[in-house]
Amino acid sequence: MTALATAPVPGSEAFTSEFAARKPRFSADPSWMAARRQAGIARFEALGLPTRKVEAWKYTDTQSLGRQAYQLADDATLSSAVMDELALAIDAYRLVFVDGLYNAELSDVAGLPDTVRVVPLSHAILHQPEVVGGSLNRLTGIDFTPFVALNSAFTEEGAVIQVGPRTVLDKPVYALFISRAAVDGQPVTMSHPRLLMQLGSRAEASVIEHHIGETGATNFTNLVAEVMLERGAVLNHYKLGEAATGETHIASVQVEQPRDSQYRSVNLNTGGGLVRNDIVCDLNGNNAHARLDGLFFGRDRQHVDTHTLVNHNEALTFSDENYKGILADRARGVFNGRVLVKRDSQKIEAHQNNANLLLSDRAEINTKPELEIYADDVKCSHGTTTGQLDEGAVFALRARGIDEQTARGLLTLAFANEVMTGLGIDAIAERIERSVAGRLPSRFHLDELVDLSVELAGGTVAVARDEDFA
Amino acid sequence: MASQEMEQLVQREYKQGFVTDIESDTIPPGLDESVIRFISAKKGEPEWMLEWRLDAYQQWLKMKAPSWAHLNYPDIDYQAISYFSAPKRPEDRPQSLDEVDPKLLETYEKLGIPLHERAALAGVAVDAVFDSVSVTTTFKKELSEAGVIFCSISDAIKDYPDLIKQYLGSVVPKADNYFTALNAAVFTDGSFVFVPEGVTCPMELSTYFRINAANTGQFERTLIICEKQAQVSYLEGCTAPQRDENQLHAAVVELVALEDAYIKYSTVQNWYPGDEDGKGGIYNFVTKRADCRGDRSKVSWTQVETGSAITWKYPSCILRGKDSVGEFYSVAVTNGRQQADTGTKMIHIGEGTKSTIVSKGISAGNSEQSYRGLVKIGPRAKGARNFTQCDSLLIGDRCGAHTFPYQEIGNATATVEHEATTSKIGEDQLFYCRQRGISEEDAVNMIVNGFCKDVFQELPMEFAVEAEALLNVTLEGAVG
Repeated sequence: MTALATAPVPGSEAFTSEFAARKPRFSADPSWMAARRQAGIARFEALGLPTRKVEAWKYTDTQSLGRQAYQLADDATLSSAVMDELALAIDAYRLVFVDGLYNAELSDVAGLPDTVRVVPLSHAILHQPEVVGGSLNRLTGIDFTPFVALNSAFTEEGAVIQVGPRTVLDKPVYALFISRAAVDGQPVTMSHPRLLMQLGSRAEASVIEHHIGETGATNFTNLVAEVMLERGAVLNHYKLGEAATGETHIASVQVEQPRDSQYRSVNLNTGGGLVRNDIVCDLNGNNAHARLDGLFFGRDRQHVDTHTLVNHNEALTFSDENYKGILADRARGVFNGRVLVKRDSQKIEAHQNNANLLLSDRAEINTKPELEIYADDVKCSHGTTTGQLDEGAVFALRARGIDEQTARGLLTLAFANEVMTGLGIDAIAERIERSVAGRLPSRFHLDELVDLSVELAGGTVAVARDEDFA
Repeated sequence: MASQEMEQLVQREYKQGFVTDIESDTIPPGLDESVIRFISAKKGEPEWMLEWRLDAYQQWLKMKAPSWAHLNYPDIDYQAISYFSAPKRPEDRPQSLDEVDPKLLETYEKLGIPLHERAALAGVAVDAVFDSVSVTTTFKKELSEAGVIFCSISDAIKDYPDLIKQYLGSVVPKADNYFTALNAAVFTDGSFVFVPEGVTCPMELSTYFRINAANTGQFERTLIICEKQAQVSYLEGCTAPQRDENQLHAAVVELVALEDAYIKYSTVQNWYPGDEDGKGGIYNFVTKRADCRGDRSKVSWTQVETGSAITWKYPSCILRGKDSVGEFYSVAVTNGRQQADTGTKMIHIGEGTKSTIVSKGISAGNSEQSYRGLVKIGPRAKGARNFTQCDSLLIGDRCGAHTFPYQEIGNATATVEHEATTSKIGEDQLFYCRQRGISEEDAVNMIVNGFCKDVFQELPMEFAVEAEALLNVTLEGAVG
């Protein structure tokens, strides 16, 4: 339960002072935007940063965020060479944001069908308020969590993706968020991007959200995504977290799913110092289907926290969830998957699985799969395992002449690959495979193997398409 | 203003004073230091015990009742509860079973286990708690020959102060939580078991608890100690007659297992669950914890929970010793408006520790049931192993079943598995039974019993029979 405090909560000043200092920057706001901004900052001041006494933040301490100074970025300059190096090589409608600000030169949305709108949020707020005014904050404006409130206060940029009814988008939409390396002596750069995704009835689209930081970046990114699907819409939402290890990334995703809609989230995280993802799916109509897949790989002192909540608000709704975690060194992983079946939501099927691999004695995983069920005609299950590599499998590989380190590396990669099977976009699968292999201790010497497999098969990992999802 | 209030407070204290009337058998409802002094004096306790209680009371005053459980009940007025009541006629306390109040025997009869028959035939020693004072203690002789101490905790405080001082509160500290602090301050009775080194207790020890007098909370405290290579199996069963007012029950159970010791603790709980509207049932807030201190020690909790309006209970194991083993087998059945939030904690500290959790929940009617468990693997628990299975069965569309399993794993050599399922009784299973001429109710009973088989197998034989009967009685009218 969140208590309403009367006095400002310690830890919020770092943000409120920047808010006060940046008043002029928001002066061009239309009045409806200014009102929401004000409500957001007021709410955040009342809530403060969550403490570990709050159940949802039991394992993740955010108090340290209140102990540093912040600034909003003033420009979005970045050379295209740097971008090419960081971006996925993929044919897509591309929006590029640097430190949270839109970079028009690097973006490319040419060739969009007429029924599709892919624009930066700032542009939509100023020039097409009728397009975003109603929907922005609609899903997240009621139950403000501290970070959503903070985002509401600072909202200025992000991506608006609107796909008209019965439109099947030919290429994915690629929203790339790049954090630049920090400048010594400067306050931490923060950004509060928004994603607004709206799909008309029976529309289909894939959206790739890619967060990547230059080495040495220390950004604080606090993202809010709102996904509104209409009847029969299908959205594949990929998220690649490759922030630099000095970065903090917090994201709240809220999904609204009416009848026959399908939402698939693929949440792949290998970067960031402190990462927290909240995904909430509301299944509001018969035959709505949510599928949440994820992989997190932490090493050094990374802290990766994922909370998912699926609300089965209507009968005949379905959810599947599969999260895998690999933790090395002193990394810490947190997984909380919650399935809530409302009263009279009969004929539900909800399945959840979380498997974790600990590679070091100092790594830690805290996992809590929750089921909260108020209807009886349901099939719900969850399973979670934590363990190490199967020694039998290691032996089997060694018996075939593969040295032990490579064997362990291969098995770790295989563990991760389960999530990548049926990913649908080869470039992402390849990127993650390389990332996992590259982040494993070099003695596992896997890089060449991955290169070889990519060369031979043009990406062996993404063999299966998502036919089982359709 | 403040000083005035202070003065009033002081005066009030003074008016009631610390005078202890040991002649009286019951004391008016309410809780303050004088009540604790009364209980302590009534029990003839030494001074250090009174200090211990008062300290717990002071800490309790500073604490707040926990609100995290998935339970919904009105605030408990601790001043409306009477904290001590002795049996109606303490002077003619029965010396043998024949003299036991026939009403009490009748209650046992209803449970399906006649006390005398059980005591004689099954060779079970019974330390029956009638309200708050032990009524009968049998088979003491046979036990003492084996060197086993089995007595009420009040006697133990008087007779074995060294053991009590050493172990009481060492597993569940008195201020561990709100209810343990309350229990430590006002506990009136309970059992004490001490099994010395190398002894296997010659019989299964059993205590029947029963709450009788209206408006009386019962606060037992059980302490079981198994020395090196000792073994004991302890049974606890409960029943309560119909009452209108909510009765509070806050027990504490502490188990200590030293090297190679084995403690098996079985519970069948069938307290009054309240009427159809959930009125009048027992509130059951229990803290049970075992400390596997010695290497290779083993503790096994088995519970069948069918009663109580509110159940708040998490039997736990602290696996400290190398290769120690903790087990938790539970069947919880809720019907009507019952609410249960129950589960276990397995804290793996030592190397090679293992734990198994099997929890079966059945909710019917308008009841709510939660499994809440914690598996924590410490950094030094090399090769620790846990297996958890919690299944829920839903009968009817007005009930709820929830699972909140926490896992905190800080060790790469640990292997932890958890699986949970929630579903209703399969239509095909029902059809299969009915097609063979089995009535729907019998079919449901059969399926439910099958669902719980894994746990019933762990119960001592006579308890298992009782548990099955109990399950059927509890689910009466749930299908139809």
